[in-house]
Amino acid sequence: MNLDIRLPIGGLFTLLGLLLTGYGLMSDASVYRRSLGHNVNLSWGLVVLAFGLLFLWMGRKGTSGARPAETEPAGRETEAREHRLGLEHD
Amino acid sequence: MTEIQLHAIDYVILALYFAFVLGIGVALRRQMRSSTDFFLSGRSIPAWVAGLAFLSANLGAQEVIGMAASGAKYGIATSHFYWIGAIPAMVFVGVFMMPFYYGSRARSVPEYLKLRFDEKTRGFNAITFAGMTVISSGISMYAMGLLLGVLLGWDFNFSVLVSAVIVLAYIFLGGLTSAIYNEVLQFFLIVAGFLPLVYLGLQDVGGWSGLTARLAVTAQQHGFAAGAYTQSWQHMGSPASNPMGVEWFGVAMGLGFVLSFGYWTTDFLVVQRAMAADSMSAARRTPLIAAFPKMMFPFLVILPGMIAIALTTQAGASGFHLPAKADGTLNYDLTIPLMLGHYFPAGMLGLGLTALMASFMSGMAGNVTAFNTVWTYDIYQAYLQKGKSDAHYLWMGRMATVGGIALSVATAYATTQFNNIMDMLQLVFAFVNAPLFATFLLGMFWRRTTGHGAFTGLVSGTLAAAVHHGLSLPAGSSVGIKGGWLGSVMHTYPSEMAQNFWTAIWAWTTCFVVTIVVSLLTRPRPAEELRGLVYSLTERPKDEGEPWFRRPGPLAVVVLAMTLVLNLIFF
Repeated sequence: MNLDIRLPIGGLFTLLGLLLTGYGLMSDASVYRRSLGHNVNLSWGLVVLAFGLLFLWMGRKGTSGARPAETEPAGRETEAREHRLGLEHD
Repeated sequence: MTEIQLHAIDYVILALYFAFVLGIGVALRRQMRSSTDFFLSGRSIPAWVAGLAFLSANLGAQEVIGMAASGAKYGIATSHFYWIGAIPAMVFVGVFMMPFYYGSRARSVPEYLKLRFDEKTRGFNAITFAGMTVISSGISMYAMGLLLGVLLGWDFNFSVLVSAVIVLAYIFLGGLTSAIYNEVLQFFLIVAGFLPLVYLGLQDVGGWSGLTARLAVTAQQHGFAAGAYTQSWQHMGSPASNPMGVEWFGVAMGLGFVLSFGYWTTDFLVVQRAMAADSMSAARRTPLIAAFPKMMFPFLVILPGMIAIALTTQAGASGFHLPAKADGTLNYDLTIPLMLGHYFPAGMLGLGLTALMASFMSGMAGNVTAFNTVWTYDIYQAYLQKGKSDAHYLWMGRMATVGGIALSVATAYATTQFNNIMDMLQLVFAFVNAPLFATFLLGMFWRRTTGHGAFTGLVSGTLAAAVHHGLSLPAGSSVGIKGGWLGSVMHTYPSEMAQNFWTAIWAWTTCFVVTIVVSLLTRPRPAEELRGLVYSLTERPKDEGEPWFRRPGPLAVVVLAMTLVLNLIFF
């Protein structure tokens, strides 16, 4: 697997954050009567945006992306065991 | 009548989510080269991803909506489904059972049963499990169609068709990896969509102290002590003193032991996520990592229900209240959707609805991926077409995905016509599930257990569940689907939940005893055939070199200690 899940999550949340924040800046204050006077689009939009950017950044660093089992000692061990026992299916 | 008005921004958010879901499927399609890639993600998923998927696979929309409804009906006692009914079992499966599931290299739970016991035990489990997944997925689809119709005025056919096509597309392309990735995405969406809702609701109700004060009134109106809705254990002394109608023994044994262990340790839907992990250590940590967010979920899903009922009994500033159904009882199931509509402005509303849709779709996807694997490996490869090439089984997996979704759609429509048949089928599956944990417990920890013992135990446990249900009835119900259908009612339970817990206890005990007796009468398998499959004949996985937070043992202690503290805080 070489798609790091943090990239799509980061991407989606960044876009969602931008949408919410932008909408929060433009929309009329009367919209927020229902949310007890809080401009939740703006405040929560910023949180969502920050989370998205964090995940994009971590995904770019790509430290713990999905790797095949053989790249870890424990994984190699189980692979070897599977091979010994003839449990591989191909 | 539609309850919620969507704006352009809400549709943009929803569309954006759908685009990402399909994009993930497309991006993964080239990586599906073998059947192991498709059904088990090539065993390459990092622990934290597998952990969040383990949690999310169970977090279908019915769970979210149902837990909020229970929060409104029963108050904080609903947390038993988490703090006693989930966490201990999750710890157990990670620490003690994963070495056999992952170590045996079984590709599914039924396949483990085949390795440990015999063909008939596997067949019984595979067929009932496959049936159950299709029905659950179909019912999830039906519930979504119904809800979107009530809330947004969307056409039932449209909702079912769109969700079916999207789920089909991303599993067909990216297999289990696609499902897992979308489950992780859904987890973050649920948190992002519901956390502000809890914040606004709490503010409306006057914080925790305002909530306790209002719920004290609610409790007294129903004839309970003031704390019955806000203290989880204190009123469990007798079924009459709490709104759930259960007592502590039924909760601890029926829910905490039999039902919870039966589900979390043997249900392939969740176990599959751990089997896809990239190493033994990651597989064992999967349920433990899932336990951390799991223990916090009551604050996200149960609390809104409690807020909703408090505001319905004594109106708050914003005027939120639960509507009544035609028969005069409150419509608890609409708690979450109506709160979203009430508190969220355009924008956030789109995010909240996206979270709800995401959980419906990943609930379906979880079932479909479990179905296609069990169908292909445990039914098709085992009984119909043995010894074909791996490419053939990969192709079959894709076909089974199409078939599984087609059956789900059929189930969704059948539910609109014959609600009773669906209820009955679900009941039958509940009977099959109740004794399963006894079989696994004995199979993994007592090497003397034989295939004949396991099979006879399972069948008698299932029968015991059916007989118990057929001879008992919850108070205030009439004979039929609720029980008593064997002709006479020998015991009346104070609530349906109490009846469920005791049905499970009977089934488990019967299976446990019968399995032991029959095993002692039949010939055991030689020890060398059981290596890696039972506790006494398996090397303990070593993890000494790792830091403590990567070792299952210390993680388990932390998880259990935190759960204990949560139980004490809300005691």
